[in-house]
Amino acid sequence: MSGVGFWPPSVLEVVFLLLGLVAVGSALLVVTTRQLVHAALWLVVCFGALAGCYLVLTAEFVAWVQVLIYVGAVVVLLLFGIMLTRAPIGRSDDLDSGNRVVAAVVAVATAGVLVSVVVGGFQHAYADLRPGAGSAEELGASIFRNWVLPFEALSVLLLAALIGAIVLSRTDIKGRR
Amino acid sequence: MSLLTTASVLASPAAPGSPGPGLADFGHDPVWISIIKGLVIFVFLLLGVLFGVWLERKLISRMQHRYGPNRAGKFGLLQTVADGLKMGLKEDLMPRKVDKVIFFLAPVIISVPAILAYSVIPMGPVVSMFGHKTPLQLTDMPVAVLFILAMSSIGVYGIVLAGWASKSPYAILGGLRSSAQVVSYEIAMGLSFVAVFLYAGTLSTSEIVAKQADGGTATLFGLDIPLPSWYAILLIPSFLIYVMTMFGEVNRVPFDLPEGEGELVAGYHTEYSSSLKFAMFQLAEYVNVFVVSGVAVTLFLGGWRAPWPISLWDGANVGWLPLLWFFAKIVLIFCFFVWVRASLPRVRYDQLMAFGWKVLIPLNLAWILLVATFRALRVEQSTPVFILMAIVVIGALAVFFRFDTVQQRRREARAEQIEEEFEQLREEPTAGGFPVPPLDLPHYHGANRKEVPSA
Repeated sequence: MSGVGFWPPSVLEVVFLLLGLVAVGSALLVVTTRQLVHAALWLVVCFGALAGCYLVLTAEFVAWVQVLIYVGAVVVLLLFGIMLTRAPIGRSDDLDSGNRVVAAVVAVATAGVLVSVVVGGFQHAYADLRPGAGSAEELGASIFRNWVLPFEALSVLLLAALIGAIVLSRTDIKGRR
Repeated sequence: MSLLTTASVLASPAAPGSPGPGLADFGHDPVWISIIKGLVIFVFLLLGVLFGVWLERKLISRMQHRYGPNRAGKFGLLQTVADGLKMGLKEDLMPRKVDKVIFFLAPVIISVPAILAYSVIPMGPVVSMFGHKTPLQLTDMPVAVLFILAMSSIGVYGIVLAGWASKSPYAILGGLRSSAQVVSYEIAMGLSFVAVFLYAGTLSTSEIVAKQADGGTATLFGLDIPLPSWYAILLIPSFLIYVMTMFGEVNRVPFDLPEGEGELVAGYHTEYSSSLKFAMFQLAEYVNVFVVSGVAVTLFLGGWRAPWPISLWDGANVGWLPLLWFFAKIVLIFCFFVWVRASLPRVRYDQLMAFGWKVLIPLNLAWILLVATFRALRVEQSTPVFILMAIVVIGALAVFFRFDTVQQRRREARAEQIEEEFEQLREEPTAGGFPVPPLDLPHYHGANRKEVPSA
C-alpha cells in the first residue's frame, strides 16, 4: 500500500527499530566477545530481540515458538556442548579465527545484498498490522492449505538430518567396504 | 465466531452453567486492576512458598513417623519465616574467581520466569472487583500455554548458569545434568499437551477451562453416552505422561538429579551459601512446583471449576467461590508431590534419559496419532469408527504383547546364561572368577588385633 509515510514513525515502529538494534548489537557481541559462554548468552539476547520483533509484528505464535525452540532448546544445547568440553571462566585469547577477515567480508557482502534487495523490492510496501493475524489458527490454516508442499519437504529434510546425525554419532554402523 | 458466542454468553456472567470467560474478556481492565491482580498473584505465590515449605516438611515428617518442625509458632507454622530471616541475616559469600555478574544473575533468571508463568493461569470466573467486571486471571493470549512452556524453558538458564558461574565441579555437573534433563522432558511435556489442544481447539488457558465445563456425549450403537468433562479422565494417557514429566521439569524427587545430594553435594547451588541468593533458588523451586500444578489443574483437572458432585449445585461455579476449588486442587497436587518424594528413590541418570526418550516420547507420539485419528473420524459420529478404533487398539496391544513376550524370552535366556557363568566362576576362582578371600583371614580385623577381656 503506497502513500503511507514512514515519518513521523509510530511508537510500534520505534520499538521495532530499537529491538532490531538490540538484535544486531548482540549479534556483533556474539562474535567479538572474548568469553566463550558469554558469546552463547549474547546469542540468547539476540534471539530474544528477534522474538520481540515478531511480537511487535503481531506474530505471537512465531514469537513464543522462537523463545521455546531457540532460546529454550538450541542455546541450552550449545551451552551443554560448551560445558561438556571446556567452559573457561574469564577471557580466552585463542578465540579469534584465522580467517576472520574473509568471514567479515562475506558477512558484510551478504548483508549488503539482502538489505539492497529488501529496500529495492519493498521500499514502499506497508503491511497493516491486524491483531490476531499471527495466531496459531491462522498460521495452521495457511501452512496446511497453501504451503503444504514446502512444509512436507522441510519435514523430510529434517528427518534426513536426524537420521544423518544418528548414523554419524553411532560407531557400530560401518560404512560399505 | 467462537469468540462472539463466548462474549455473548458472558454478557450475563452470573448465569449458572456458563462456560466462563474466554479470550474476548481480556484486555479491558483498567491499569490499576491489572496491578492489583499482579500483586495478589505475587503475594499468593510468596505466601504459598512460605506455607508450602512448612506443609512439605510437616507432611513428609508424618509419613516418616516423626513430628517435623514444631518449635517456631503454633504447629511450627513460622519455621519457614524464621529460616527466611536467618538467610537474610547471614553473610552473603561471593566465592573468588567466579563469574560475578552471572553468579549474581542466575537466581534472578530462575525465579522471574517462574513467577511470570502464573500470569496466564485462570483462577476463577468473571467477578465484580470494585465495580469492574473482570476475570480472575491476570491476562490471557491465544497462545498462553506456549507462553508457559517458553517461560519454563527460560528458567533452565538459571540452573545452567548457576552451575557454570560457580566454578565448582559439583555445580557444573548439576548444571549439565539439568540442561539435558529439562530439554528432554520439555519435549515429552509439550507432546502431552497436544492431545488437549486437539480436543479443546485452542491454546488459550481460559478457553481450555471453559471447554472442560461440559464433556458432551458420544453416540455409540444408538446410545448417547455422556463423556467426562475433565481432560484428565478423557485423555488419561496424556495426563499420566504429564504427571511424570512435571517431576522431571521441576527437578523434584525422583528426578532431582541436578541437585542430588547423594553424589553432588547440592548440585547447581553448591556454592550459594545459605544467603538470600539460596533463598531465591528455594523460592523458584517451589514456585515452579506451583506452576506445573497450576498447569495440571488448568489443562487436565477442569481448572477452577468445581469437581463433579459439587458442580451439580448451581452456585458452585459463580463468583469468588471457584478460587477455593482452584486452591484445593493445587494443594492436593502439592501433597502428591510430597507423597512421591516420601515414597520413591532417585533414579539413575541414564535411566532418567532412557525413560524420557525411549518410553515417554514414543508413547506420547502414538497416543497423539490415535487421538488425532479419532478426532478426524468422529465427524460422522458413527459406530463403524468406534469399531475401527477398537480394532486398531487391540491390534496395537497384540503387537506390543508379541514384542514383549519375545523380549521377555530373550531376557530370561540372557539371565540364565549369566547365572551359568556365575556358577562356573564361583566354583573355580583361578579361572578368572571372583577372588573372594576366606572370611576368617586376619586382615579383616587387623593382624595385631588383641582381644580385650571385659573383666
